[in-house]
Formats: sequence, structure tokens, C-alpha cells
Amino acid sequence: MARQVLLIEDEPNIIEAISFILSRDGWSVATHANGETALDAVERHAPDALVLDVMLPGRSGYEILQDLRANPDTADLPVLMLTARGQKKDRETADRLGATRFMTKPFSNAEVLSVLREITDD
Amino acid sequence: MVGFNLLIGVSFAYVGFLFLVAFWGDRQARTGRGAWLRTPIIYTLSLSIYCTAWTFYGAVGYAARSGLEFVTIYLGPTLVMVGWWWVLRKLVRIGRAQRITSIADLISSRYGKSNLLGVLVTLLAVVGTTPYIALQLQSVVLSYSVFADVSGDAQADPEATAFWVAAGLAAFTVLFGTRNLDANERHHGVVTAIAVEAVVKLVALLAVGVFVVWGVSGGAGDIAARIEASAISDWDIDGARWATMIFLSAAAFLTLPRMFQVLVVENVDEKQLATASWAFPLYMFLMSLFVVPIAVVGLQVLPTGANPDLFVLTVPLHFDQGGLAMLTFLGGFSSATSMVIVAAIALSTMMSNHIVMPIWLSTRSGGAAMSGDVRQIVLVARRISIAAVLGLGWLYYHFSGGGAALAAIGLISFAGVAQVLPAMIGGLFWRGATRVGAALGLTLGFLVWAYALFLPSFGETGIMSAAVMADGPWGIGWLRPQAFFGVEGMDPVVHAIFWSMMFNTSGFILGSLLSFPRPIERLQGAQFVNVFEHSRTAQGWTRGNAESEDLLVMAQRIMGPSEAQALFQAESARQGKEGYLPDTTPDFLRLLERELSGSVGAATAHAMVGQIVGGASVSVDDLMAVADETQQILEYSSQLEAKSEELARTARQLQEANEKLTALSIQKDAFLSQISHELRTPMTSIRAFSEILKEGGMEDADTRKYSSIIQDEAIRLTRLLDDLLDLSVLEAGQVTLNVQPGNLHDVLERAVSAAASGRDGRHIDIRRQPTQEDFAIRTDPDRLAQVFINLIANARKYCDADTPRLTISAAAHRDRIHVDFVDNGSGIPADSQGMIFEKFSRLSDQQRAGGAGLGLAICREIMSKLGGGVTYLPGQGGAAFRVTLPR
Repeated sequence: MARQVLLIEDEPNIIEAISFILSRDGWSVATHANGETALDAVERHAPDALVLDVMLPGRSGYEILQDLRANPDTADLPVLMLTARGQKKDRETADRLGATRFMTKPFSNAEVLSVLREITDD
Repeated sequence: MVGFNLLIGVSFAYVGFLFLVAFWGDRQARTGRGAWLRTPIIYTLSLSIYCTAWTFYGAVGYAARSGLEFVTIYLGPTLVMVGWWWVLRKLVRIGRAQRITSIADLISSRYGKSNLLGVLVTLLAVVGTTPYIALQLQSVVLSYSVFADVSGDAQADPEATAFWVAAGLAAFTVLFGTRNLDANERHHGVVTAIAVEAVVKLVALLAVGVFVVWGVSGGAGDIAARIEASAISDWDIDGARWATMIFLSAAAFLTLPRMFQVLVVENVDEKQLATASWAFPLYMFLMSLFVVPIAVVGLQVLPTGANPDLFVLTVPLHFDQGGLAMLTFLGGFSSATSMVIVAAIALSTMMSNHIVMPIWLSTRSGGAAMSGDVRQIVLVARRISIAAVLGLGWLYYHFSGGGAALAAIGLISFAGVAQVLPAMIGGLFWRGATRVGAALGLTLGFLVWAYALFLPSFGETGIMSAAVMADGPWGIGWLRPQAFFGVEGMDPVVHAIFWSMMFNTSGFILGSLLSFPRPIERLQGAQFVNVFEHSRTAQGWTRGNAESEDLLVMAQRIMGPSEAQALFQAESARQGKEGYLPDTTPDFLRLLERELSGSVGAATAHAMVGQIVGGASVSVDDLMAVADETQQILEYSSQLEAKSEELARTARQLQEANEKLTALSIQKDAFLSQISHELRTPMTSIRAFSEILKEGGMEDADTRKYSSIIQDEAIRLTRLLDDLLDLSVLEAGQVTLNVQPGNLHDVLERAVSAAASGRDGRHIDIRRQPTQEDFAIRTDPDRLAQVFINLIANARKYCDADTPRLTISAAAHRDRIHVDFVDNGSGIPADSQGMIFEKFSRLSDQQRAGGAGLGLAICREIMSKLGGGVTYLPGQGGAAFRVTLPR
């Protein structure tokens, strides 16, 4: 059974790119583009890993992460955060809120795949 | 011989000519080319509406009946112009400072913006002016009938003639007197027409005079001999009558509603009084120069029993001088029409501001000023009032039978309006004068005048029976209308003036002494009496909880959008702020109220501002400030006030600068973040898909799809870089403009077709008035179109109405062109309005925006390079932007 990853991202072209490389690598990919309803999507899909963008319409990725970590069901969910705002304080915020890994856009496809494998390899 | 039909034709042609003159004068003033309209000569000529048909025809009749006494009618105004110019100067200064719209407004405003007084003076003016309008109608009818008699043509029904003359004048006055609700109630078209009429009547009278002296008689020596031989030289001068007449005409000169209109309201520059103070007496001197010769020759050559009031016409006709008679007829016609037109304008302003508007306001409690189109209501009220005034004049003519001698009616009118004099002069010079005193004096004077002079004028078959006249009401002898307290043998006019002024002045002084003025009366009193000493006085408003935007919405409804916006913008600039929404300081509220009173009168403006500010018109602090002000304290405190005002302004500027810096520093961080985000997002797609393509092994369709994504994102990246570069070049001032002559309409056309529908599938309806867009401009059309496209695209993206609509309107305003873009959405919140022109200041999420938030920043830079500007225009309902261009 293929492992499932949920991608929360609002840029259509980036969704397309990530979906393509993850599917090709054998993942089952679900996508969601809205920040406000992202938590519902997580509950519904119960993914093995989450790829989470920071700047989302409705609610920021940081807030979503915070709620995920506060909920015992998702406190240990592997989360890879992606952001186009590459400043130092963005990385610090992500670490503080409990992101499993943090990557800056643009990213290397291979690196996304290896990081995802790494954080879900138990 | 002049045929009656020819005469009718000439009258129509003349009226048509006046329409053209008025239309042209309005146009000149509106397009800003009317500098000559503001010359002292035009002002002086407009004052000549003092010389009505009564003086044109009646002076000769007066001379024929009572000798030299007619001179008093000219002496009064001459004395005022020469000896009392300082009173006039004060009146004009107050009129401008307080935005006075009429004499009723002056009295109402002086005595605490009292509407009761406004109504009283309005009634007095209407009652006093109605006979005078009837008199003008009568003179026109009489002059027609003279021609009809001589030519033997079928005579028109005099009543019908009077009716049609009244109707025609009403039409003229409505057209040019209520064309718009001018912020300062000036009517350039009407004033121009009146100046022309002033010349016509002077030339006509001089022509008849020259004809009489050098054509009929054998020159100056001969005419002197004829005068010596005539009865006119035998008339004694009655001292009491002369003194009364001079007083009466002097008082009327100041208080007649129409004189107040031309003297004060239409005055554009106080300095013009200097010229008028010699030129107007000269005009009156020329008007009176040939009166006696014409009267003497008329008495000699015309059969006994000929109406001396018509000598000016009948003497030329007697000698078969048809052309001259025609000119004279036009002179008389001019005298009558100019008076009626100005009187109707003055009275309609008073009626609408003091009677109609207060009633309208009271029927719509709370927020009346905010709802409905106030301007339209005021204009309709004025138009109806004009028709009513002329209707009343016609009715008076109808019922008085049109038989009384011209001079008598004129004097009754003068005596009626002269009742305003004590309240007016007292109000200008005596701080202690109060509302109660003014109301008491006016009422008493009005009653005595009506009882002793006005009602008896209808004749013994009218309202006053012969028995009342002879024995007093109910046989009470000392109440006889023409012999109060048994003082008999006085001339009726002298009698009426003496007693009415006596009761009026006593009532005014006693009432003022015995009553205590309300605070607002004291404030207004100080402003009026000390208008020269200090233009800054105690406060009328405390800082209320008024929202600046509410006030702007109200002001736009009354003054019109462009005037109101200019006022608010100027005040913002004075406070050191940008945009259209100044702080609602007490100073600003007072200024606003004064500007509004220029349109709707002091009392109404006060009530309207009160509705928004919330009633607290004068605070305890203000009361303390006014209670004990001596000149010294005031002067000292006004110096202090000026200093603290300056400090407050500096502080406000500093605070604004500080707030802006803080906001900018936050924005700078956000800017870096944003720019990083905007650049990295397309890069992400480009990198990811290039890596995918590099690995290869995909179907052709996928390859094509991914390549085109890379291409799109590369374009998006380029566009962002272009915008950034554009902005930095603009900001650094290194841009070269391709300035060329063009037309605003073409640029708008181009922008609309480029931007009305976007790739996002959203569409916005655009409303324009292409005929209003025809402005020749010298600008860089590509850059200007870029700005327009940006504004239209913004409306298309952000307007949140169900059926989005954008109204684009262009209008000239002084030396600039305003192009307004107003949509029907919910607009931009007040706290964001200041930031939208900053870089990357997007208000909504980026999905919808699709841009980087640089558009308006670029627009602002472009417009400042083109010598204009772009600003947010609050208070329009939806989001509204104004592009300003130099002409």
C-alpha cells in the first residue's frame, strides 16, 4: 500500500510540480489549497506526511502547524514546511512551532523526495 | 410713427439680446475668462438697479407734481455712498466673512443665527417689495399703452400684458438666477445683463434730455428761462418732507433686498466700493440732470391732464421722434426688468433659505443633511419662490387697479423695507443689541408701517374704510392711521416714517437692554461689530464626535462635489495632512459652517452641521471665553492662540511623519519579504519543471505542458522585474516622457478597451460621458493610459458589487482637469486609504490581485511626473480615485 502525502499549497503550478514528482516516486498524493480548511483536510486524509506552504489564503501555515502540534492525534505527524520567504526569522519560527523539516523555495526535486523519505522512515 | 406691433417685436428682440448677454456672462465666468466681470465699473452699473422704472418715468412725474423734491430720492444714496462708505465697507466685509446670502440672512446671522428673525425680515421684504414689483409691471403696461394710443392699433388687455411680462421675467430669473447653487450666490450672467440695461437706460434718458434742451428749446439758456417761468420753480421746499425723503431713500438704499443683493452679495472685491463711491453718485447725477427740463417742456407742450409720469415717452412722440421714443421705451423696460429680476433673486434666496429649508429640515429629523439631494431641493424651492414673488407682484397690480401715481407706491415700499435699518445698523455697531430687541423693533415698525401707510394705500374701498381713516378704529381718535396721538396735519409719509421708526428704534433699544443675549448671539455680535479688528474670534463649535467623512458627504450635497472637495483638501493641507479628510477641529467646523451658509443661509447651515456634530455647539469653556472679553484680553489671547495653533500644527505634522516612518519601517520588512516571495514563487515552478524535463522520459503532451508553464512563469517574473524597474526609474526621476498634444477622450478610449475585461474572466460595466471628455491635453499618452488602465483593472479586480460598475467622469476645475474613477463596491476603509499608494500594499489576498501591489505606486509616480496627481477620493460610496491633470 502506497504511503500517502497531503500537499497544502495554493500556487497551481507548484502543486502540479510537486504532485508529479511525488507520484512518480510512488507516493499517493492529495492536495488542498486553502489555509482555513486545511485542518479538516488533514483529519479527512489522515496522511503519513504533510507538505505545508507558509503563505496560504485564509490562514498561514504557521498557525496550521501550531494547531496540528497541539492536537495529540497529529502531534507527531511529519511536516515538511516550504516557504518562498527565505529569511532567517522564518526558519526560526518554523523550528519553534515544531516543523519536522523546513525548505526554502525554489527547491531541488531530489531533495524534497529524500527529505520526505527521511522524515517518514520509521 | 412707431407701430405697436413693431414695438412688440423690438421688445422681444431686446429680451432675446438680454438672454444672450446673460448666457455669455455666465459662460465667461464659468470658464474663468471673466476678469472684466469683476471690474468696479460693472459693479457700479449693477448698483443702478436702484434706478427703477419709478426713477426712470416717475422722477419726471414727481418733478411735474412736486418740484425739486424728486432730488431727495437721489440724494439719500449719494450721501450713503460718499459719507457712509465706511458702513458699506463694513457690510461688505461682514458679508464676505460670514458668507451672507441676503439681508434676512444678515439679520438672522447677526442675532445668533435666529430663524425667527430670518422669517420676519423675509416677510417684511416680501410685503415691502411686492408693491414695487407691481409698480414695474404697471410702468411696462403704461408704456405699451402709450404707443398703442398714439398708433391707434388695437390695444392689448393691460392685465394680460402685465401677466405675460411677469411670466417672462420669472422665466428669465429662473434660468439665470437658479442655474446652480453657487457657493457664494453670485450670478455673473444676471449682473452682466443688468450692467447692459444700466447703460441703455442712462443713454435713453440722456438722449431725451438732449433732445428737449437742444432740439425743442433753444439750448441751455432758453431752458433755464422756461424753468424760471414754470410752476416748478415756485414750489417751496418742505423741510420735514425733504429730511424724511432723504432719510428714507438713504435707508432704502441699504435695506432694499435687491440693493443688498448687488451691494454686498454680488460684490466680488471690497475695493470696488472705492470706485463706486464716486461713480454711482455720478450715474445718479446724470440720470437726474434732465428731469426738470423734460418735466417743464412736457407741461408746456402737452395738453393739460396728460400723465406727467409718461412725459419721457410722450414728449418725443409729440414731436414725432419715433426712434427716440423707442429708445426711451427700452430704457424704461430695462429699468423695470432689471429691478424685478434682482428683487426676485434676492427674495427667492430668502424664502428658500429661511422658510422652505427650515421646514424641510424639521420634517426630516436626524441626519437630514445626509440624505437626499439637498441642492436639488434648494433649487426647486428657489424656482417656486421666484414664481411666487412675481405672482404676488402681479396680484398686487391686479387688485390695486394699477391706478395710483408711481411715486406713491415707491415710497410705501421704501418705508417698509427701511424698518430693517435699526436692527441692521445696531447689529453692526452695538455689541449689546440682542435678538429680542431686533425682533421687537422689527415687529413694531412693521405693524405701524402696515397700519399707517401700507393698508391705507389700497384706497378707501380697500381694507381701511373711510370711517377708520377719518375717526380711527372703533372711533378711537388717537389711533387714526394718519394722525397718531392726535398729531394732525402731518404729511402721511412723514407721519408714518416718524412713528414707525420711533416705535421700531425704541423697541429695538429697550428690548436689547432688557434681554440677555444667548452665547451664540454674543459670539456673532462680536464677529460683526469687530469684523475689522480681529478676524479670529471665540469658538462656535467644540470638537464634536463628527466624522470628517460624514461632513464631506453633507458638504458635497450642498456645495457640490468639486467645491466641497477643494475646501476639505485645503483644510487638510493646512493641518499638515494629505488627502481630503482633515481633523474636525472647532476651527474647521466653523469654516465649514460659514461656507455652507453661503448656499443655504446661516441658520440652516448651523442646524445642518449641528445634526452631524451632535448638538454641542458651545461649551462651558467657550462661554467663559466670551463672557468677559475686553479688547486687550482678546488681542493677547488671539496672539497666544495663533502661537499655540502653530505649535499644534507642527506637532500634528511631526506625529504624522512619525506614524508614517513607523509604518514605512514595518513596510520595509514586509517589502523585502514580499519581494522575496514574489520572485521565489515563479522560480520554484521554473526550477521544479526544468529538473523534471531534464530527466526526460515523458510523453510529448506533458513535455509541452510543462514547457509552457516554465514560459508563463518566466513572463510573470519578467513583468514583476519590469514593474520594479519602472518604479525605481520613476522614483529616481530618470524617466524620459514622450509629451505630445492629444485628447483626453482618446486616451480614455484606449484604456477602457484595454482593461474593461481581463484574462481572469471578470468584467466591469463602465459608464462614461464621452461628450464631457473632450479636453485637449499635452501629456505622455502612453503613460497616462498606463495609469487609467491600472485604475480600471483595479476596479475590475476588487469591486465587490453584484454587478460591478465603474463611472468615469471628467471635468475642468480652474486650471486642472479632474478624471474621477468611482465604482459601486464597498470602497476602501478609511484606515487603509493612506497606505494604498505604497509599494506592495495589497489589501486582499494575492490570488485575486494577480499583481505584486505595485500598480498604484507606479500610478502615483507617473502622475507626479506628468504634473498632476492621483488621490483617493473618500465619501463617494465605492472606491474612488481622482486623477488630476494640468490643462
